Amino acid sequence: MKLSNVFSKRNRVLLRELVVTDFKLRYQGSVLGYAWSLLKPLFLFAIMYVVFGVLVRLGTIEHYAVYLLLGIVLWTFFSEATNQGMNSIIARGDIIRKINFPKYIIVISTTISALVNLTLNLLIVAVLMAFNGVDLHISALLLPLYIIELYVFALGLSLFLSALNIKYRDTGHIWEIIMQAAFYATPIIYPLAVVIEKSQIAAQILMLNPVAQVIQDSRHALITEQTITPGQLFNNPIFILIPFIIVIATFIIGALYFKKNSRFFAENI
Amino acid sequence: MDNNQIAISVNNVVKSFRIPLEGSSGLKQKLINQMKGRRGYRDFTPLNNISFQINKGDFFGIVGRNGSGKSTLLKTIAGIYSPNKGSIEVNGTLVPFIELGVGFNPELTGRENVYLNGALLGFSRSEITTMYNDIVDFAELNDFMDERLKNYSSGMQVRLAFSIAIRAESDILVLDEVLAVGDADFQRKCYEYFMSLKNNNRTVVLVTHDMSAVRQYCNKAILIENGEILKSGNVEEVAQEYQKLFLHNDEASKSTDGDSWGEGGVEIKNVKVKPNKDTIRISATFHATKDIEPPVYGFTLFNKSGTDVLEANTIKERIKTTPVAKNNSVTIDWEFPNILADGTYTLSVACCDESVTNYYQWLNNAAEFKITKDERTSGIVDPKIEVTIR
Repeated sequence: MKLSNVFSKRNRVLLRELVVTDFKLRYQGSVLGYAWSLLKPLFLFAIMYVVFGVLVRLGTIEHYAVYLLLGIVLWTFFSEATNQGMNSIIARGDIIRKINFPKYIIVISTTISALVNLTLNLLIVAVLMAFNGVDLHISALLLPLYIIELYVFALGLSLFLSALNIKYRDTGHIWEIIMQAAFYATPIIYPLAVVIEKSQIAAQILMLNPVAQVIQDSRHALITEQTITPGQLFNNPIFILIPFIIVIATFIIGALYFKKNSRFFAENI
Repeated sequence: MDNNQIAISVNNVVKSFRIPLEGSSGLKQKLINQMKGRRGYRDFTPLNNISFQINKGDFFGIVGRNGSGKSTLLKTIAGIYSPNKGSIEVNGTLVPFIELGVGFNPELTGRENVYLNGALLGFSRSEITTMYNDIVDFAELNDFMDERLKNYSSGMQVRLAFSIAIRAESDILVLDEVLAVGDADFQRKCYEYFMSLKNNNRTVVLVTHDMSAVRQYCNKAILIENGEILKSGNVEEVAQEYQKLFLHNDEASKSTDGDSWGEGGVEIKNVKVKPNKDTIRISATFHATKDIEPPVYGFTLFNKSGTDVLEANTIKERIKTTPVAKNNSVTIDWEFPNILADGTYTLSVACCDESVTNYYQWLNNAAEFKITKDERTSGIVDPKIEVTIR
């Protein structure tokens, strides 16, 4: 796997076809078709708004409903990318057994499909921000960087999980449990301030998780400066770096593990 | 030999698989096996130290029986499997056709599938757009391209897949029994395609059971048996060696456990076939278990694909028979010129009344025999042809 070959012309063509196919098939046969890509986050927002904007109010953060939605949209991306990435190699087993091509294209294509969905969801977030009168700051330009960070993390995990899933089909079930626990261990539906009230250290541990860091930093950049970011939580800059180190380490380990095992995918699927 | 002339070099390749014993690939089974000190799998080695070279411009045949390892070899050459030991060097781009229509999705339209399958074969969108009309015309599917593939008949799917496949412009083509599918018309198109590949001096690797195809197209071949090369080089020698694998004893024919039907009255016994180089002789004994009116005796020859190659009976031959009394036997000998093409044949023998509606007995698979001769033609017959060039 030479780096120059990773995005050779042939691989780019294939990647594009796989992403387009995936998108075409996603809403195949449904009456509303592509509209579902936008309708789903919209309904999600409506539910969030009623539950956390009207019924239960946790904390006093401004624009709380949009704040919530951004967190959920980012989490949904992470969950979708890793889940589908994990199953992608098995799902494309028919092709892998018949033709030789770089297998990582498959994992990249499913994570990019999730990224396309995230972009659509962020459009809805943008509309609702305007609707809620959220002021846009220059810091909003940081958002793409956080999304790239989250994408690299999800891709690294997907590469690792998809290869592991071929060896042990238990991987999918274990990951489902981990993701359920992680959803509540990440300040998505509750503000971080709630945790800090109970224990400063617990809040600090939660924020070492790259997903939590991305969500909090994104909210801070885009929605409200009342968001507590890792920068405010840690005095020592080394701790602020830990989530980034985790992301890079995960990606490297995932890519190496995938490379080592991908030679034998065709016979083990 | 000059290195630049070698297209594929297979060096001491060993390929083995681990077959899990418990069927599941779960964590639990792994733990249980570990605790009990079991391996939990067995090793299976379909390729054992294989070496050969294919030159540029070769039409190279790989033949072998089912389970001999030839498909594993093909997949290893195509890079789908990775060898455990040894190496495979490929000079140039290689496109494998292990199956036609790889990646075809039933939910997509014909058009969308052309682009998807094309991308897997290494074509860009613009390249496919350029040849799109040719693909559709060749497949004769002009009116169906915007319909979903699931509404296509299997014949239409194969035509579309083949139509894309023949556009592949890679340096080396690897083909696995693509001919096994499709009707006669489709097979003719395949043969025409093979001929064009041969005439254009393309490098082709063909895996097949079909010795007439090997003789016709290949200039070199290897025979694989139990994961090893049994014979390599000359096509004719390889083809003959392959056919010898199927000769069970010195006997050219064997009787099989035939299934029979009919209303009874005659038992067919001692069916024998003697295929010689020039003639084929068939004999059968008909034993009457009751008095019967002048009956009709006949046989039908089937080739391996189930086509009835030859039907003969005493009515067609305008031969008068006599009544047979209970417990008497009649033996019939048939003899005809051996113009059969190489292959395996089965014989059915029957006896019926004059109206050819009531069968006393019809015996399927009464005998099986093989024709192996130095074939000079292809098709279902192989007569001696006098050629005069004027």
